[in-house]
Amino acid sequence: MEVRKLQKSFWKKLGITLLLTVSVFGLVACGDKKDDQKTISVYNWGLYIDPNVLDMFEEETGIKVQYDEFSTNEDMYIKVKSGGSKYDIIIPSDYMIEKMIKEDMLAELNFDNIPNYANVDDQFKNLAYDPDGKYSVPYMWGTVGIVYNKTMVEEPITSWNALWDEKYKKQIFMLDSPRDSIGVALKLMGYGFNAENTEQLEIAKEKLIEQRPLVLSYVVDEVRDAMLAGEAAMALVWSGEGMYLTWNDENLEYVIPEEGSNIWFDSIVIPKDAPHKEEAEAFINFLCRPDIAKLNVEEIGYATPIPAAQELLAPEIKDDPMGYPSADIIAKCEVFRDPGEFLSEYDRVWTEVKASK
Amino acid sequence: MVNKNGESRLSLWLQKGYLFLCFAFLYAPIVILMIFSFNESKSRGQWTGFSFKWYQEAFHNEQILSALYNTILIAVLAAVIATIIGTIAAIGLQDLGKVSKYIALEVNYFPVINPDIVTGISLMLLFIFSKIELGFVTLLLAHISFCIPYVVLSVLPKLKQMDNNLYEAALDLGATPMYALRKVILPQIMPGVFTGMLLAFTLSLDDFVVSFFTTGNGVSNLSITIYNMVRRGVSPQINAICTVMFVTVLLLLVIINIRMNREKKQMQKMDRI
Amino acid sequence: MKKKWFSYPYLLWMLLFTVIPMALILYYSLTDTVNGETVFTLANFQKFFQPVYLKVLWHSLVLAFYCTVGCLLIGYPMAAILANQHFVKKKFLIMLIMLPTWMNILLRTYAWMTILERNGVLNSFLGFFGIEPMQFLYTEGAVIMGMIYNFLPFMVLPIYSVLVKMDKSLIEAAEDLGANRIQIFRKVTFPLSAPGVISGIVMVFMPAVSTFVISRLLGGGQFALIGNLIEQQFLWVGDWNFGSALSIVMMVLILLSMAVLNRYDKDKEAGGSLW
Repeated sequence: MEVRKLQKSFWKKLGITLLLTVSVFGLVACGDKKDDQKTISVYNWGLYIDPNVLDMFEEETGIKVQYDEFSTNEDMYIKVKSGGSKYDIIIPSDYMIEKMIKEDMLAELNFDNIPNYANVDDQFKNLAYDPDGKYSVPYMWGTVGIVYNKTMVEEPITSWNALWDEKYKKQIFMLDSPRDSIGVALKLMGYGFNAENTEQLEIAKEKLIEQRPLVLSYVVDEVRDAMLAGEAAMALVWSGEGMYLTWNDENLEYVIPEEGSNIWFDSIVIPKDAPHKEEAEAFINFLCRPDIAKLNVEEIGYATPIPAAQELLAPEIKDDPMGYPSADIIAKCEVFRDPGEFLSEYDRVWTEVKASK
Repeated sequence: MVNKNGESRLSLWLQKGYLFLCFAFLYAPIVILMIFSFNESKSRGQWTGFSFKWYQEAFHNEQILSALYNTILIAVLAAVIATIIGTIAAIGLQDLGKVSKYIALEVNYFPVINPDIVTGISLMLLFIFSKIELGFVTLLLAHISFCIPYVVLSVLPKLKQMDNNLYEAALDLGATPMYALRKVILPQIMPGVFTGMLLAFTLSLDDFVVSFFTTGNGVSNLSITIYNMVRRGVSPQINAICTVMFVTVLLLLVIINIRMNREKKQMQKMDRI
Repeated sequence: MKKKWFSYPYLLWMLLFTVIPMALILYYSLTDTVNGETVFTLANFQKFFQPVYLKVLWHSLVLAFYCTVGCLLIGYPMAAILANQHFVKKKFLIMLIMLPTWMNILLRTYAWMTILERNGVLNSFLGFFGIEPMQFLYTEGAVIMGMIYNFLPFMVLPIYSVLVKMDKSLIEAAEDLGANRIQIFRKVTFPLSAPGVISGIVMVFMPAVSTFVISRLLGGGQFALIGNLIEQQFLWVGDWNFGSALSIVMMVLILLSMAVLNRYDKDKEAGGSLW
C-alpha cells in the first residue's frame, strides 16, 4: 500500500524537522545558566525599563537580575497573592499598592539602604495610597487627558465636555477602562475621580449612556495606532500615549482638561516574602540615581519623579507643559484610591453602559 | 486531473476558485503582518519605509529568542503527549459502559467550554495547592490538559466511522491487542489523529491566559511576551520573528510536499515495472 | 478482550486536571466571603439573573451562533472540496489551513484592524473603484467576521477528516440508483459526515461563546460579552465567586444547547453517540 508508506514517511519527516527546529532554537536560546550568585527577581510592566540598566546594575553590584513582566496590575496581583512565585521587586500602580498595603503584602522599606530617595521630588512623596511613604518609591507618573487631531477639531479643547460634543459623533475614542471612563463622567458631574457612593455612580452611568452614540469605539492599547491613522478626532488617553502621539504626529495635541484630571503613579515596592530584601533595596537605590532614571525615561517616555533626571533630558521634553504639568495643574489632579468591595459596583455600571445598546 | 466522478471541468474550476477565495481570506492578515515587519516605523498604521532593522534587533533580543524557544518546545511536547494520551483514551472510551462514557465525554468538554481565564486560575490553584513549583513543568502539564479534549474530539468521529469487526477479527486471528491497535485501528483513524495533533499544536502555540497563570519565575513564552508588550506597543520585532517562523514552516512544508510527490512518482514507476 | 482499559489513564488525568479544578470553581461559585469568613450561598447565582447580565449572555450566544453558522457554511464546502482532491496535495492544503493560526491571535487581529480601518487597506482598495470609505471596523459584522476567521479551521478539519475516510462506493451506488447530486448530499454524504459536523460545531461554538479578544479589538469594546464579563470578575473586580458562578451558568447553558443539537445526530446506534 503506497498510501501507507507515504503517510509513514510524511510523519517521519515531520517529526525530524520539528526536532531539528527545536534543537536549533535551543542552541540559540540556551544562554542563561544559573549559579549561586545573588539573584533578585524583578516583576515589572512589559517594556518598562531600559534593558541596559539591568546590565549596568549587574556589573556594578554583582547582583544578578531575573526579570519578568506583567501586562496589568490585576494579573500581577493574582500571581503574587497566590504565592506561586516569589519576587523581590514589583512595580505596580498606586491603587494596587494601596490594596496590597491593606492586605499586608508589602515590606516596609529600609530607607538607610536607599539614600537616593532624597532625589525624589517632595510633592510625590507620602501620597494618598501610601500616606506615610513607608512602602513605595515612585518610578514613573502621568496623567489622563484628551488627545485630539487639530485637522479634525476646530477650536482647542480645554474641557472634558468635548467628549460629549455632538459635532464629533462617531469620532470619539473612549478608554475601555471602567475607572478612567467613569472617572471622567464623575468629574464632569462635579464629583471627584473616586466615586463615594452608588448614587454618584448611577449619575455617571446616565452621562456615559448619553455619550454612547457619539463613541466610535472603547479602546485601550490600540488607540495609539488608530489615532496615528486618523481614525477619530479625539481620544481619552493616558499621558504616556498622549506624549507618544504628539511626538509622532504634529497634528495631534494632548491636553489635560481644566476641570482637573487623574494623576497616576507606578511605584517600586518590595513584597513581604521577598527572599533578598537588601539586594532589592540596592536595586531601588540604583533606579533613583538621576543618570539611571534618565535612561529609563528616555526608553519609556513617561514622566520621572526625579527632578535631577528631568534636568538631564532634552529641552523639548523636559519643558513640555503637558508631559510635566505645572504644580497648579497637578494640584487639581487626584490619585485613584482603592475602592475595595465597591469595585464591583463600578463593574456593574460599566457593564450596563456597554450593554445599553 | 481525471474526472473519475464524472465532474465537469467547470465544476472543478469552481471548486478551485472557491478554495482560492477561502485561502485569500485566511492569508490576507498574514500578508499584512509580514509586510509591516519590514516597516521602518514602529506604528501599525503608517508605512514610512522599507527596513530590515526589526529582524536584526529581534535576533539579538535574548528575551524574544528564549520565549520563542519555550513556545516551540512546549507546543511540540504538548501536542505529541496530548495526541498519544488522547488517541488511546478515545479508543478506550468507545468501549466504556453507557453511563460512564456519557460522564467521561461531558467532563472532556469542560476545558473546551471553560473560558481560558477559569481554566488558568483553577490550574494555578491546583498546582499551588499540591506544592508543585510553578515553571516549565506546570506550564507543560497545563498545555497538555487543555489539548487532550480536542484530540479526543477529533479522533472520536473517526472511531465511529470505523468497522469494529476488523479489530475483533484481528484478535481472533491471534493478534495481541497492542498489535491489533497498531495495525488495524490506528491506520483507520490516522486522519483524525493528525487533525487532533494539529489542533493541539495550534492551541498550545496561541495560548496566553492559561500560560500566564501556570508559569513561574523566568519561564515565558511568545504569547506572554507579546501581551506584556501591549500597553507600550507590540514591537515589530515580534512581527519579524513570527514572519521567520512562518516562512520556515511554509518552506519545510513545500519541501516535504515536493519530495513526497517525487517519491510517489517513483513508486508508481516501480508499480508499473 | 475489551479496549476499555485504554481510557483509564485519561480518566485519571481528567480527575486530576479537570474535575478537581472544576470542583474548586463550583466551590467558589457557591460561597462568598463575609467579614473574612466563608459562607455557603446562592447569592452569586441570584446576582446573575439581573436583566443586564442576561442581556450580555444572550448577546454572546447570538454572536457565537452566527459565527458557528458562518463557519459551517464556509467550512463544509471547503472540507468537501479538499476531501476529494489528489492525495498528497491534500495534506499540504490542510496544513495551509492551519498555518495562519500559528501566528499569534493578537497580531492577526491587529492586522485585521489595519485592513478594516477607515483609512485602511480595504477602503483604499474600494477607493480605486470610486466607492466611498465605509466604517467596517467597530461593527458587529467585524466581530463576526473576526470570529469566523479565527475558528474556521476548527470547523474544516473535523469535517474533512470524516469525509476523507468516507466510503466512496456508497456515493457511486447512489448514483447508479439514479440519485441526483442534491439527493446524494442530503441522503448520503451529509448524514455520514454528521459526526464531523458535530465535532466542528462543538469546537467552534464553545470557544466562540467565551471569546473576548476579538470582540474587544474588532468590535471596539462596544459589545459586552460573557467572556469579557467573566474575565472582568477575575482580573479586575477580584470577585472570584461571581466570576465562578458566571462560568458555571455558561457551562450548563452550553452543555444544554449541545445536548439539544445532539438530538439531531441520527447516528446513535453506530458506535454510540457523543452524548
